[in-house]
Amino acid sequence: MNGRRLKAMIIKEGWQVLRDPSALLVAFILPPILLFFFSLGVNLDVKDVKLGLVLESDGPYARDLAAAFAGTPYLQVHPARNRKAFEHGLVNADVQVIAVIPKDFDERMNDPHRAVQIQVITNGSEPNSANFTAAYVQGTFSRWLAEASGPEGASPPLELQPRFWFNPELESRQVVVPGAIAIVMTIIGTLLTAMVIAREWERGTMEALMSTPATNAEIILSKLLPYFILGMCAISGCTLIATTLFGVPLRGDISTLLLVGAVFLFPALGQGMLISTLAPNQFVAAQIGVMSAFLPALLLSGFVFEIRSMPEPVQWITAIIPARYFVASLQTVFLAGDLWEDLIPNLLALFSLGTVLFSLTFFTSRRTLD
Amino acid sequence: MFGALRYTVVKEFIVLFRDPASRAMILGMPVIQLLVFSLAATMEVHNVSVAVVNEDGGRWSREFVQRVEASSFVDKVIYLPSLHSVEQLIDTRNVLLAIDIQADFSRDVAAGNPASIQVLVDGRRANAGQVALSYLQTIASELQFELLAQRTDIAPPEVQLRNWFNPNLEYRWFIVPALVATLAFLPAMSISILSVARDRELGTLDQLVVSPVSIVGIILGKALPPVLAGMISSSIVFLLAVFAFQVPFTGNVLMLFLAILVFVFSCSGIGLAISAGCNTQQQALMSLFTFTVPLFITSGFITPVENMPEALQHFSQINPLKHILIIVHGCFLQAMTAAEVWHHLWPMILIGTFTVSVASAVLRWRIQ
Amino acid sequence: MNPAIELESVGKHFDDTIALQNIEASIYQGTLTGLVGPDGAGKTTLMRIMAALMKPTTGRASVAGFDVSAHMVAIHELIGYMPQRFGLYEDLSVKQNLDLYADLRGLTGRVRQETFARLLAFTKLEAFTRRLSGALSGGMKQKLGLACALMARPKVLLLDEPSVGVDPVSRQELWQMVQELTSEGMAVVWSTAYLDEAERCEDVLVLDHGQLLYTGPPKNLTQRLDGRSYLAVEIAGDRRRLLTAALDLDCVRDGVIQGAAVRLVLAEHAETEALEKLLLQYGAHLQAVAPRFEDAFIDMLGGGPGGYSEVAERMPPITDSRNIMVECRHLTKRFGDFTATDDVSFTVGKGEIFGLLGPNGAGKSTTFKMLCGLLKPSSGSAQVVGLDLRIAGADAKRQLGYMAQKFSLFGLMTVQQNLAFFSGVYGLKGRERQQRIREMVEVFELTPYLSQSPDVLPLGFKQRLALACALMHRPKVLFLDEPTSGVDPQTRREFWTHITGLVSKGVTIMVTTHFMDEAEYCDRVALVNQSQLIALDTPDALKASVAGPELENPTMEDAFIRLVEAQNARLAEDAA
Repeated sequence: MNGRRLKAMIIKEGWQVLRDPSALLVAFILPPILLFFFSLGVNLDVKDVKLGLVLESDGPYARDLAAAFAGTPYLQVHPARNRKAFEHGLVNADVQVIAVIPKDFDERMNDPHRAVQIQVITNGSEPNSANFTAAYVQGTFSRWLAEASGPEGASPPLELQPRFWFNPELESRQVVVPGAIAIVMTIIGTLLTAMVIAREWERGTMEALMSTPATNAEIILSKLLPYFILGMCAISGCTLIATTLFGVPLRGDISTLLLVGAVFLFPALGQGMLISTLAPNQFVAAQIGVMSAFLPALLLSGFVFEIRSMPEPVQWITAIIPARYFVASLQTVFLAGDLWEDLIPNLLALFSLGTVLFSLTFFTSRRTLD
Repeated sequence: MFGALRYTVVKEFIVLFRDPASRAMILGMPVIQLLVFSLAATMEVHNVSVAVVNEDGGRWSREFVQRVEASSFVDKVIYLPSLHSVEQLIDTRNVLLAIDIQADFSRDVAAGNPASIQVLVDGRRANAGQVALSYLQTIASELQFELLAQRTDIAPPEVQLRNWFNPNLEYRWFIVPALVATLAFLPAMSISILSVARDRELGTLDQLVVSPVSIVGIILGKALPPVLAGMISSSIVFLLAVFAFQVPFTGNVLMLFLAILVFVFSCSGIGLAISAGCNTQQQALMSLFTFTVPLFITSGFITPVENMPEALQHFSQINPLKHILIIVHGCFLQAMTAAEVWHHLWPMILIGTFTVSVASAVLRWRIQ
Repeated sequence: MNPAIELESVGKHFDDTIALQNIEASIYQGTLTGLVGPDGAGKTTLMRIMAALMKPTTGRASVAGFDVSAHMVAIHELIGYMPQRFGLYEDLSVKQNLDLYADLRGLTGRVRQETFARLLAFTKLEAFTRRLSGALSGGMKQKLGLACALMARPKVLLLDEPSVGVDPVSRQELWQMVQELTSEGMAVVWSTAYLDEAERCEDVLVLDHGQLLYTGPPKNLTQRLDGRSYLAVEIAGDRRRLLTAALDLDCVRDGVIQGAAVRLVLAEHAETEALEKLLLQYGAHLQAVAPRFEDAFIDMLGGGPGGYSEVAERMPPITDSRNIMVECRHLTKRFGDFTATDDVSFTVGKGEIFGLLGPNGAGKSTTFKMLCGLLKPSSGSAQVVGLDLRIAGADAKRQLGYMAQKFSLFGLMTVQQNLAFFSGVYGLKGRERQQRIREMVEVFELTPYLSQSPDVLPLGFKQRLALACALMHRPKVLFLDEPTSGVDPQTRREFWTHITGLVSKGVTIMVTTHFMDEAEYCDRVALVNQSQLIALDTPDALKASVAGPELENPTMEDAFIRLVEAQNARLAEDAA
């Protein structure tokens, strides 16, 4: 390793980055766009549930319950007399859940020996929404029931008092945005480097470079630094947007965040670099990049789907997804603070992945033209 | 013109399938992705570790904790003497949530007074936390109803819950049909976005432009490989969904595949319109992410479109992936009728026609 | 004196193919060694072995005493290597490219300053240090590539096809620079497809099929041809028909068109009776000329191809009542405030070979593209067979054939599939289509390659295939954009045999080229420089126009260089 040569090649890469509008676009324009879509588009909160309310009874209790539904902030009530009215609505997503207050509702309310009944119908083809919407309707009904039946008739409430640490308001966005930064940065990191080496081969400059005393390690390392700087800029930009525009608190220190980002870029750039070394041309590099960067990061990182709920073999696969560790680290740094006990294992994992990826890149890159 | 078009179509077909690597990608990738993603993507929560601080120790608190321990979503229960060490367990993600039962809990319950259990949830894992919390809620309600039945002879109120189309709310019935469309989306987009840019970079585009093939002919020829790759992916995933994953299929197969054909065509149209504007494959790759990621997110695949801000909901109207997801889910579980399918089919026809025209116009314009 | 490069029975195998076999040669300091041979002869492989980028499979190669297999790094310290396409970073400026290679070579302080000053002066790039190298003309790129390779202050300089796609003016400048370097004691190896360059080298290595056919001074080889090279002059009638007939005679080894004359190389101890009879028919007579290295080269490789073009023979004569097939009037193309083609007008008659020549970046490509309908003129008009191809329908486009630079074929399809595709696209159907494809396969001997990708074909076959694809539908006008770039002399001759055959059937040819000996084949040549049409005439008239007392017998290359330089000087004066 020769410092002067390394420096010269880093400068060369740097100039290439500055001259290449696409690299700058990837680093500065793409992250805000993607972050915007991720943060607004991925929303786990169920708000404004469209409830189709079928009021078959005209009794005072029934109307009172209907009023209670209408008064619940999370529910948007569409009333009807007949359940037929909503059968298509449920399929077309005009309503998400149907509650039926049956004809004999008031009779049953007045008769302690007959159970009070309502019917809740969900669209099971979206199981997660079905779960939550049914729970909202049930909850509203329970509360109304407790009030309506008065102290003597009410069951003693056995209440769960949830407290969400780090995120007391339980705002989905606070969790989603840090995770989204991780996914966006995985895409950016891979995009930045996925084509750099394939491009040198295609343009014929690799041959010239190889005929000089420059070594393999120098060539690979020199490509790391400029893209690393771009990557850090992208992370900083994302952080700025997250804290100002989306109001996500940054409870940890900014230096911790940058450290986590820096360690993450190591495997992320390494992944791109490895693709770039293995791919025979830019077309294949692009295809592999799409397949390996986007969907795995989105689905296997714990960003949306809980890793511990996955079958064990799939959990093993997630172990080699850098985004997994970055999602966890960012959520901690943003929402919880500098919890080193949680951060250090993640950082170690990222560092090891990076080492493996760069070693593979190093050993698979060719030193001769044979 | 149709004579010439036929040959461009045949050519693009050969180009797509000659290369063993791309053949493997088109045939093999959907299977692997379906397996991994269908297993990975679940909103259900399993293997949860729970910390319990039981300061009460009475009958009812023991009963509650036992039920928690016995429930299927819990993997491990860690008993702690006090709340002190809970913090560290949550910080390090050793437990998702902690149950704290106060000293007078059993007494309150026995006396018929309101009693409460505090649950501390890791807010970083808000989604899993909420789901786990709802499971706990169910345990609490059951306990409550039993108490009620024991103490009084009042019939407990009933909520008759019916989940249409998916009575047990199996998440797999949601994700696997969704993958029928999603796993066609990515190949269709990536092949089409790179196609024109690649020919331009290799100089073969000029060769086509001077030949008697019309510009529209070139574009339609280029639309074939992505359409085909998408259809193949879809078919593979569809067969696995019905026969391997046993997701009930209640709709009309022909109608579904017609819709998928329109869908992959509209995706190719979008891709080609973008590709016609790109000079290099590098630019094409960037555009690929710039356009596919937003389309992917606003489709409702990850979280429902209804949860999104209004602006994004409007945007999703021009997203073919959103429309096809509704059709696929409808055809699998909801026996969707032709009229309902048509409701989501015509936007895709419009998108496809429009984008293919744009692609041709851009290509023609760039020759000038 | 120890040789700078020593090759001892060097062999190189790739899987089952043998790229080089038993090469024995020594290359000395202070000499310029040419490396010539047909495509696929192993030139690039040998270059890469000498650059220590590949290891020989057998034998031993050493550079300045270091073995290439064992001491790669040491060799990289002391060689300069310019790969094909120059190996420049096109998105960096001239200065940044130079800086990079200076740093890679560890050049610092005063030595660095001096080297920069010297190289910039040497390559005349001082005025362009801040320009992006991608924006340089082909000739300047080539010089910059050389400067980067020279940054090592190398003992050995290896140049792999440095003059492909570069115009004659730039080639001449490069040549002078390299001469200067060898006179300072450097060993230079120059691989080339241009045999006039090889002729001027001190030593040549002639490779064919991986074997070394000759090593030594080129003139020793040329001498063998003494008394066998002739010019048939004062031809009454079609000189192309004369050439075709002459090439089929046993006594003629090789022949090319040279303006209005035909240059012939006779076989050793030839019976010239048949030739004399033929000449008599055309009222021509032979004039002895000095042999060229090219004559010897072709002779050594077994003589040129025959004059008979089966593909042309099978083609029916073109029936078209028009006499003017291509016409452009006041053709102008502006990109922003840069004018690439400025008010160019000419017409091309039926059955004419029309050459479009000019330095790199002069605007001939732009003009060419407007004619084929690939670019829209800013003003003026371009018509082929009376139609504007940009808006013409499929039927009109079927009347022309187009062979792109670098033979743009579809690499992911087989040869057979490429033929099927192009025949189909150009509207051939049924039995006729099958028959034409079969015809092309037969004539161009493509049978062994039918199931392979065009990408892996030897360059000559790639060119044949590209020509076949452009010809299958029997176009009236054929557009050829640098159809022989990087192709060896024998293949070029064969190519021109087909072209002359086609012309005799009435096909009109539009061609761009950097090979001046190919310009000689043209009926008329248009010379484009700095976006303007500066000369339009027959090759002989162009040559005559620059003749003078100090240059009695100018070549086409002389004509090109003088006309271009005169125009540049005029424009510089106007600007001042």
